[in-house]
Amino acid sequence: MHGLINRAIQAFVCSTYGVSRWRDVTDSAGLGFSEFEAMLIYTDEQSQKLLVAMEQVLERPLPEMLEDMGTFLVSNPQVEALRRLLRFGGVNYVEFLHSLDDLPDRARLAVADLHLPGLELLETAPGQFKLLCQSGLPGYANVMMGVLRAMADDYGDLVILEHSGTQDGAEVISVMLVETEFAEGRTFDLGVKLP
Amino acid sequence: MISLSQLADMAAKIAPMHVLLDSEGRISRVGPTLQKLRADQDWIGRPFLEVFDLLRPRYIQNLDDLLRTSGAKLHLKFRDDPQTGLKGVLAPLPGELGAFVNLSFGISVLDAVRDYDLTSADFSATDLTIEMLYLVEAKSAAMEASRQLNLRLQGAKIAAEEQAYTDTLTGLKNRRAMDHILERMISTGRNFSVMQVDLDFFKAVNDSLGHAAGDTVLQKVASIMVECTRSIDTVARVGGDEFVLIIDNLVDRAKLGDIAKRLICQLEEPIPYGGQLCRISGSIGTALSATGGQKNAAQLLKEADMALYAAKRAGRACHFFYQPGMESVDLNEEVDDPSTAAPVAAESNGSQTSGDA
Repeated sequence: MHGLINRAIQAFVCSTYGVSRWRDVTDSAGLGFSEFEAMLIYTDEQSQKLLVAMEQVLERPLPEMLEDMGTFLVSNPQVEALRRLLRFGGVNYVEFLHSLDDLPDRARLAVADLHLPGLELLETAPGQFKLLCQSGLPGYANVMMGVLRAMADDYGDLVILEHSGTQDGAEVISVMLVETEFAEGRTFDLGVKLP
Repeated sequence: MISLSQLADMAAKIAPMHVLLDSEGRISRVGPTLQKLRADQDWIGRPFLEVFDLLRPRYIQNLDDLLRTSGAKLHLKFRDDPQTGLKGVLAPLPGELGAFVNLSFGISVLDAVRDYDLTSADFSATDLTIEMLYLVEAKSAAMEASRQLNLRLQGAKIAAEEQAYTDTLTGLKNRRAMDHILERMISTGRNFSVMQVDLDFFKAVNDSLGHAAGDTVLQKVASIMVECTRSIDTVARVGGDEFVLIIDNLVDRAKLGDIAKRLICQLEEPIPYGGQLCRISGSIGTALSATGGQKNAAQLLKEADMALYAAKRAGRACHFFYQPGMESVDLNEEVDDPSTAAPVAAESNGSQTSGDA
């Protein structure tokens, strides 16, 4: 699994539970190291061990933690770059949802060897959507759920999100847009001084 | 036929940075995004070439020249600040009614977005600018992650090199490091001295009190040597109880003698270990880089070694400088005849220093 994904998990656990707990997790996973490099590739087995160890050591259901991680990735100032990249997807939340189809391609455009499973948005009725998360990355739909929730806050929209089973092997998240511009979202300037 | 006004309304959606010119070359309509770049400016009626400075093609002086560029790429910039660079293309309107010019930022888009506070809505839906901005940020972020990785690898490399040049027990340089430093100093042609130091009675400490005691003694010895030398000097442990000191920019025998004397004196201070006192001393042989012109590292070390041997022969806790002729003693070492060594030691008395003094 790509180092960026492992590194994201590391950033989330360190920021939420602290560095010493993170070391407990990597010790328990028996990785032999505790720092992931964002630009290196790790085996799927290593990442799998990491997720198992997280659940055991941190004593929380993994789906819950992964959803929090999705939220963390969008809302934590540490990873502001990612939030900005997602905001390039559209000027409002609905446009952003439609841009998710392109997300794996966009990711690959930025980092050539970063492969994310496909995403497909279906509009079932005005303001109602289904997001199909293809398989290939364990917990992908959980993380996406957190991302969708946090992005709604970012745009200032009120949405209801729900896991609604699987469809043709893909996990389905249903999205209901309750109110747009429900709250003041965060600002987004196209042109920001790059560090 | 659509009217010019209808054309302009359509163009506002598709090419929000367009300009319509009348038959005189004056601006008659401006797209909404272009308008935003000079929000307070009254565009209508101003000559196009007065607002924009046409950089390429260079020959353009007047409207006729401009109209002849039809379809070619134009490079222009605003005449007033900020002088944002633009690209453009012109198509003459039928019936000599003027021209349609479409503009874009080209590579200046990154600055333009900042300078003019542009948003997605300012670009046509088919314009790739937003994608380009996305790519610039995504690549910058990826590049930054790679840079961080390189920095960490660089740090790890330095640490590994450091380790490869360090004696882990004492933290002093090791033989490999000493060899490098010696070579470097010789090649730069500077003056320096090489002191070969051998501990006396160290084997006795090791044998009677054990290796742990020996390690403690070596660590203490290391700190004594560092204290007795300057930060520009090199202290290396090159063998079990053998050390080499490279004293930079100093070939004065009196000063070197003082250093050796002080060193031996401090080595003789008993070192406490587990309720016991370890007593050692040291013998020192010194060779100078300056005497006899260029010497290579092996030669210098050999001279220092011979001086050390003479010091050992003269009894413990002595310091000798190398003198030509010591080689003969070295040869006699094999027959191990103390009577031949004695005269050399006596001969060298002038440069001998003793820790007992």
